[in-house]
Amino acid sequence: MTDDIVRAAGHTDPPPRMGFFTDTSVCIGCKACEVACKEWNAIPEDGLELTGMSYDNTQGLGASTWRHVAFIEQRAPAPGAASGTGMEDVDVFDAARGLADSPAPSADGGEMRWLMSSDVCKHCTHAACLDVCPTGSLFRTEFGSVVVQEDICNGCGYCVSACPYGVIERRPDDGRAWKCTLCYDRLGVGMEPACAKSCPTESIQFGPLEELRERAADRVQQLHAAGVGSARLYGEDPGDGVGGDGAFFLLLDEPEVYGLPPDPVVTTRDLPGMWRHAAAAAVSLAALAVAGFAGRRR
Amino acid sequence: MAECHPVGFQWVMEAKARGAKVIHIDPRFTRTSALADVHVPLRAGSDIAFLGGIINHVLRTDAYFRDYVVAYTNGPVILREDFQDTEDLDGVFSGLDPDSRSYDPATWQYRGVDVQPASGQRDQQFDKLNGSPDVTEAARGESHGSGGPTIPEGEPERDETMTHPRCVFQVLKRHYARYTPEMVERICGVPQDLFRQVCDLVTENSGRDRTTAFAYAVGWTQHTVGVQYIRAASVLQSLLGNIGRPGGGILALRGHASIQGSTDIPTLFNLLSGYIPMPHAHERQDLDAFVRADAAPKGYWGNMRAYLVSLLKAYWGDAATAENDFCFDYLPRLTGSHSTYETVMAQLDGTCKGYFLMGENPAVGSANAKLQRLGMANLDWLVVRDFSLIESATWWKDGPETETGELHTEDVGTEVFFLPAAAHTEKDGSFTNTQRLLQWHHQAVPPPGEARSDLWFTFHLGRIIREKLAASADPMDRPLLDLTWDYPTVGELAEPDAEAVLAEINGHDAEGAPLSGYDRLADDGSTSCGCWIYCGVLADGVNQADRRTPGDVQDWVAAEWGWAWPANRRVLYNRASADPDGRPWSARKALVWWDAEQGEWTGHDVPDFKKDKAPGHLPPKDATGPEALSGTDAFIMQADGKAWLYVPAGLTDGPLPTHYEPQDSPFPNLLYGRLRNPVRHLLPPHADNRYQPGAGEPGSEVFPYVATTYRLTEHHTAGGMSRWQPYLAELQPEFFCEVSPELAAERGLTHTGWATIVSARAVIEARVLVTDRMATLTVHGRPLHQVGLPYHWGPNGHSTGDAANELLHLSLDPNTHIQEAKAFAVDIRPGRRPRGPAARELVLRYRARAGIDAETGTEM
Repeated sequence: MTDDIVRAAGHTDPPPRMGFFTDTSVCIGCKACEVACKEWNAIPEDGLELTGMSYDNTQGLGASTWRHVAFIEQRAPAPGAASGTGMEDVDVFDAARGLADSPAPSADGGEMRWLMSSDVCKHCTHAACLDVCPTGSLFRTEFGSVVVQEDICNGCGYCVSACPYGVIERRPDDGRAWKCTLCYDRLGVGMEPACAKSCPTESIQFGPLEELRERAADRVQQLHAAGVGSARLYGEDPGDGVGGDGAFFLLLDEPEVYGLPPDPVVTTRDLPGMWRHAAAAAVSLAALAVAGFAGRRR
Repeated sequence: MAECHPVGFQWVMEAKARGAKVIHIDPRFTRTSALADVHVPLRAGSDIAFLGGIINHVLRTDAYFRDYVVAYTNGPVILREDFQDTEDLDGVFSGLDPDSRSYDPATWQYRGVDVQPASGQRDQQFDKLNGSPDVTEAARGESHGSGGPTIPEGEPERDETMTHPRCVFQVLKRHYARYTPEMVERICGVPQDLFRQVCDLVTENSGRDRTTAFAYAVGWTQHTVGVQYIRAASVLQSLLGNIGRPGGGILALRGHASIQGSTDIPTLFNLLSGYIPMPHAHERQDLDAFVRADAAPKGYWGNMRAYLVSLLKAYWGDAATAENDFCFDYLPRLTGSHSTYETVMAQLDGTCKGYFLMGENPAVGSANAKLQRLGMANLDWLVVRDFSLIESATWWKDGPETETGELHTEDVGTEVFFLPAAAHTEKDGSFTNTQRLLQWHHQAVPPPGEARSDLWFTFHLGRIIREKLAASADPMDRPLLDLTWDYPTVGELAEPDAEAVLAEINGHDAEGAPLSGYDRLADDGSTSCGCWIYCGVLADGVNQADRRTPGDVQDWVAAEWGWAWPANRRVLYNRASADPDGRPWSARKALVWWDAEQGEWTGHDVPDFKKDKAPGHLPPKDATGPEALSGTDAFIMQADGKAWLYVPAGLTDGPLPTHYEPQDSPFPNLLYGRLRNPVRHLLPPHADNRYQPGAGEPGSEVFPYVATTYRLTEHHTAGGMSRWQPYLAELQPEFFCEVSPELAAERGLTHTGWATIVSARAVIEARVLVTDRMATLTVHGRPLHQVGLPYHWGPNGHSTGDAANELLHLSLDPNTHIQEAKAFAVDIRPGRRPRGPAARELVLRYRARAGIDAETGTEM
């Protein structure tokens, strides 16, 4: 099924769809992925700011950050308690105003836990960025990944608002959109992406998506058997709102805890319907106009 | 380990995936703790109490591996009647001389026989063994001259039941009897149930079927009792039978790539290649007298003469002959400690006039960074070889003392040369890692611009000096002129061939053929070898360190990946992986074993034992060297063939690890009447190196918090390799300290705000991270807050900040002369530090408040 999108993009005899499985349960937060990505792709340094967000001074994915390691310090939920942020009642805008003065509040009780997770472009099966790109700068590669061609991008920014994960971004200096290419240039010569190559603990695994999904399912079972009941996959389900991600994750808590949207939907999902409505409206208008003229003539 | 050795940590993660339990013991909750099964926060500087507590638990519950202990350790050996323990003397051992503040280790010996240490202070018995009373003036630590009777020959007296009241095992039991869980809780701040959990995990995972490994780094070594920390782990691992077996051992995680290599082929002042001690300045000391005094008669150190003569042949080639003692007199002689800190003192007093810094940034990275800079300001010349203009190259124009007005650029007479260095990717060479594995690396790109390799610099510097001295008739220049200094060079840059250096290290026979192993070395000058433990790395003329057979096409020992010294053995002392009869202790933990049919040792690893020496072998009475080892003497480098639970010789500060408080500590010593290590190495008093009052003395409350320094994954040591890299700098863009929410509340510190941190030496400022990862502990019944200080920063580069090492003092471990960077006491307050002269005034006010003078903290 996932081959379909590749064939639909015009690749007649594609290799298997490739992707990332990021197993955050073994991430040690070394950020080798961030550095390797920047080195290989010649991405500029983008800010020397001590954020106070634990050891995360990168802050998030963006035009000049294609891998981002999140650090979440928390008290693990006590056994039996519901997982999640535990902050559903918090006024986030109010909390954001206080960020500079105090660390995130920590609930007492559970054991100290420090979650680390390397985020990346999801290379969606149904990629809204690609749908909305007016120049054809964004395209689907033969490996199933979604890549921006920087020499074609005109900087319109439609893709930025279309991405359900907030991944793609324009660089302030040249206005063009940038994001992870799944190291398209490396894949072409049989190498794995730089981040996966540099990961010392195999937290970032690269390979054929089908194989990664099997591996991930095994890993979840293994963790459940070892008593880590909170282990779950994120973005691996072809039935989700983006048709499954080409880069999916094993998380140890709710996606929101890692700053990931819980139920992402391809923002262009309703476009056909919208176009149908628009077309119907246009036909009605045209009919009315015709009717008007017709009436006058009469 | 995940923080500072992320690449090595992959193997811990692999072990964890296979069911291993990972325990992380650290004052802070780090990236390692995040992945560990158990995190044990403890007070920095209290590890001997903690490890001693586990030792006591093991002895009290009979959880030790009895068959292993009896066969392979010195547990059954009887000690002298005049030995007195810290239990007898309230915190000191017998032999303490209060005037020289040093121990005479004579009473620590076995009853009826003296043994030689295989490492450490091996010159302790020079005079006794050479029958000359010429006690030198060498500093303690480097010399322990003492007259005495000639040494009785023979084997130590043993009690196989280990019940004799003066046997090592019983002495050990008494020594640690008061290291109870209650005591551990009070001293270390580790709750008793958590401590018991660690004891259970370690003991359940040790024995015939299972092994436990300890990995440590400078969190253990950088103390006034650093060597004794490691010794405590050695005692524990020997009791549990975890040495010489797969999955066991004590692993020193080194601070840089190839720091292991730099002790094997040392940059240390007191060692020659392959851990041969550097000779001390004794009168009438020829090669034979040196070997007689410093080499044990039994075990593989018995062949020291062959190793040393081959080394002298590598140094001086044809000039080294039997007639001139193989140029033994060309070797420098030690007159005391010449550690980096004595060198600084010598700079300050004007005797040291020139200084090479090669990949080192002491203006940031060494203890009491200010003294380092003041020392450099008193030189004639300074050569800095590094990638960037590090602080050690620019202190004369923009260092902290320029700001405070203590140094004026126009008054600094030091001529500073900065020479750009090539990175490891820009040169050939080898790395030796903690498991003694040599891995060859090849040049990937040529060095940019004027950057050159260290090998290039050293070779051409030597070449030019030799050319300048060529006409000299001064005998002082002979050692330089007689050196073999003929490495072939290649390419446009005239880069010396690194493999030619490796060939010299490996050694060759009289015909020039590469040697296959150290057992081929001779003491008659017919062989040459630059480092006896590396002999064989070029066996068959093949660079064995360059082997890259992937793990999935060879067995689990992976003997064809790189080359491990000695003789490509992956586990040292692996004879101990089999029982005294030569059978593996268990099928699960089989490594090497005795094949009776073939009459030889065999197994997965290269046996660390004479191949055809049967388990039941008893050496003839007059045998020496390796021939004197019995079939069960698994610890073949040791003078008695045994693992040492108790150290009869070789240490300056006692035969058994004993808990002392750090030099600067807000707590008294709950175990003994003695506060600090009585023989710690205090450097001569200096106005910028004041110590703080001990607990209970007036003024100690001025510095109420325990501080520790450490590294982050994102940066490398003193920052020379990382703070100039934009991609690394943005990951940790400036200096910060880490404190608990409780400490933040107590001192009014705000998250991402500024803090000022003060010791008796200096004041620094840092941004604040308030985090639950810094746990507040209950120590001595009261809450203790600890301050975490990563030490990577200085004012230069993209990522900047004050240097945490400004705060440190120069009270050192007396064996290794290493600084106590991992446990000291500070005050912390909100806001930025004063600038200019006001900064120094603040420190002086603190000193006045604490009543600090030149004598403070120097009590024995």
